[in-house]
Amino acid sequence: MQITVNGTPTTIPDDMSMTGLIEHLQLTGQRLAVEINRELVPRSRFDDHRLRADDSVEIIHAVGGG
Amino acid sequence: MSADPRTPDQFTVAGRPFTSRLLVGTGKYKDTDETARAIEASGAEIVTVAVRRTNIGQNAGEPNILDVLPPSRYTILPNTAGCYDVDSAVRTCRLARELLDGHNLVKLEVLGDEKTLFPDIVATLEAARILVKDGFDVMVYTNDDPIVAKRLEDVGCAAVMPLAAPIGSGLGIRNPLNILTIVENASVPILVDAGVGTASDAAVAMELGCDGVLMNTAIAAAKDPVLMASAMRKGIEAGREAFLAGRMQAKRFASASSPIEGTFF
Repeated sequence: MQITVNGTPTTIPDDMSMTGLIEHLQLTGQRLAVEINRELVPRSRFDDHRLRADDSVEIIHAVGGG
Repeated sequence: MSADPRTPDQFTVAGRPFTSRLLVGTGKYKDTDETARAIEASGAEIVTVAVRRTNIGQNAGEPNILDVLPPSRYTILPNTAGCYDVDSAVRTCRLARELLDGHNLVKLEVLGDEKTLFPDIVATLEAARILVKDGFDVMVYTNDDPIVAKRLEDVGCAAVMPLAAPIGSGLGIRNPLNILTIVENASVPILVDAGVGTASDAAVAMELGCDGVLMNTAIAAAKDPVLMASAMRKGIEAGREAFLAGRMQAKRFASASSPIEGTFF
């Protein structure tokens, strides 16, 4: 199915969890936070949260800034 | 407040005590190594970071800013830089809190336009209300308007941070009298945020009675950022001590320092 990750159309297997997406994107172990469809999804819910077609996922991290 | 150098001269934001009154940003450095060295030299305990999209499928081995500046050592102050509306600022803060395991201290800035990067005060006040209600400790970037500073304090901001001059301009404190009025009116910490260019600007802010100064470009854009970070640290300390010492009254005409009595000529 098709979702959007950080603004980029991305194809993933159906019924993938958020944890699965993190692994799929090779981001496991990184300090990050996630919004799906503009709603925050806590890390504690990554295992249970199933992605749906057309979801818009934002994966963010800290960068240098003033 | 104490003028005794043996007792620590701390300031407190939302119940958190700090010794360093220099807060630094982490943007615009050549690389993370220079960032780390400059911040070490600044002596800062609070460092700002921005919140941005993770790079997918590239720069996998690139060190993260939080690896260089571990939250165990520094108080991380995530900002809402780049936000021009209430919703994006609030979302950014919520993501930052999740990113930092519930750490709820944030720097709120809601910008008005790209040319000036002046704050949109109406949106800033609204975002501040939402964030305070949601349990955040909000350090808020604002203009040098004493009335607005008071309103931001009234809605529950933990610290109010008027600009000295436009962000990244290095113009120094353009309206010292307004900064002074803001300081005199305040019952929360007042920090100058943005616009300082060199160490004397930082000293002036502290001599006006500010609790601290937040800066980024003045250090990062210096020819030698690490040396400038050290200079800023000293400027902040000198200005703070001068404020505590209480400066002499300025006079129009001269007043001899050597006695007139006992002259033999």
